[in-house]
Amino acid sequence: MKILTCPVNGPRPVSEFVYGGEVRPMPDPANTSDFDWADYVFNRSGIPGVKVEWWYHLASGTWFLAERDTVADRVLRTWLPGEEHP
Amino acid sequence: MPYQLLRFALSAKHPEAPMFRAPERLRDSYDAVIIGAGGHGLASAYYLARDHGMTRVAVLERGYIGGGNTGRNTTIIRSNYLTPEGVAFYDESVRLWQDLSQDFDLNLFYSTRGHFTLAHTDSAVRTMRWRAEVNKHLGVDSELVGPEAVKEAAPQIDLSCGGHAPILGALYHAPGAIARHDAVAWGYGRGASQRGVEIHQRTEVTGIDVQRGKVRGVQTSRGYVSTPRVLSAVAGFTPRVCHMVGLRTPLYIHPLQAMVTEPQKPWLDPILVSGSLHVYVSQSARGELVMGASLDPYELHSTRSTLDFTEGLAAHMLDMFPFLSHARVNRQWAGMADMTPDFAPIMGTTGVEGFYLDAGWGTWGFKATPVSGKTMSWTVANGRDHDLIKPFNLSRFSRYELTGEKGAASVGH
Repeated sequence: MKILTCPVNGPRPVSEFVYGGEVRPMPDPANTSDFDWADYVFNRSGIPGVKVEWWYHLASGTWFLAERDTVADRVLRTWLPGEEHP
Repeated sequence: MPYQLLRFALSAKHPEAPMFRAPERLRDSYDAVIIGAGGHGLASAYYLARDHGMTRVAVLERGYIGGGNTGRNTTIIRSNYLTPEGVAFYDESVRLWQDLSQDFDLNLFYSTRGHFTLAHTDSAVRTMRWRAEVNKHLGVDSELVGPEAVKEAAPQIDLSCGGHAPILGALYHAPGAIARHDAVAWGYGRGASQRGVEIHQRTEVTGIDVQRGKVRGVQTSRGYVSTPRVLSAVAGFTPRVCHMVGLRTPLYIHPLQAMVTEPQKPWLDPILVSGSLHVYVSQSARGELVMGASLDPYELHSTRSTLDFTEGLAAHMLDMFPFLSHARVNRQWAGMADMTPDFAPIMGTTGVEGFYLDAGWGTWGFKATPVSGKTMSWTVANGRDHDLIKPFNLSRFSRYELTGEKGAASVGH
């Protein structure tokens, strides 16, 4: 079983986690064209690489950030939002 | 040597010619380049040559013919979709499938089995009734049946599913079928090759030359070729190819795993799908149970297999068929599914002139192989979208005109 490290609870099996998708900056809805808003809502950077993603630890209700290589499936580091990037 | 044997040695018809010509070098230019020698790419090449007279076509494949999702799916063919555009499209595909073996002079083992989508809860029964009525209205052979019909079609099933997910009914789609997936790629490949199309395996596209918004050529691992038309039919690699021409898409890549048991004598005739148990299963002509489940839960550009998947799927299979506890799993594998937010494909023209997409086939692409080839070849030959695929253009997302196909995905994703 794959192990993911929750910044609060430490190493836990990946089945305890939910993937929340890549971190993407939201444009200001009030000042964005429909076209750009659609780009934010639907489009993804589907190319592989190292990405910063949201993950959720189900058992403790913890949202956190993870840097992960989406080809090798290797988690490089995890941290809580607002915390300094370790 | 007896004459009976010798005449085969002397006959020009023996041994049978190889299925594909293997041209040694790439030409300098082609009328069209198709990236990806899977079912969709080869079908497009086949119909381009057969129906549109375009034979200066190269199909470029980084691996080998049919080695991607064409050879990795669970071969189910059905058309019980939910939207008028979906039904029109997949219904045409089922029709094309039925005489493809004749067309190719190659046995695809196309086998009509009947397709049951099992309902384990009251709300699932309501959904199945709704789907049946929508299907009937759209002219699809589809009906709601009770548990006794499931038992009759698959007598070995435990209707209570281990006591925790009793089968209350099912959506029954009589035309549901399976076929031998490799043969589909081979049939289309041979037909295209015979008509002059060049298939170059182990030839990777590394860049696409776009000048003033127009495709000029492709850079490959074996040199540059110029072409005004490029069709991308590369499933899980689509975001990488789109990146080469600067296109953004809503595609996200998740692995989809599947496995087969050792061959057994024929006992399972129909195709069974359970959304609640995350299982779809059929028995192949070879006797193996071909089984799949839902997508891996996060983005990954890899075809690795996991033990979690085998354990989960085996447990649910045993809920349905407890007697399989002695069956052994023979093989396990994964494909990279290019998922879209609305569970419909992305097909046709794009913002880059001469760049065509046949993508977003996620977990539902095999059944659409013939009709995709037909409509994409028409689109490439005419430079505009075929009527059947207009609803699937990439531009639908920026217009917020998504299709409503999500409810027809066979397993909850």
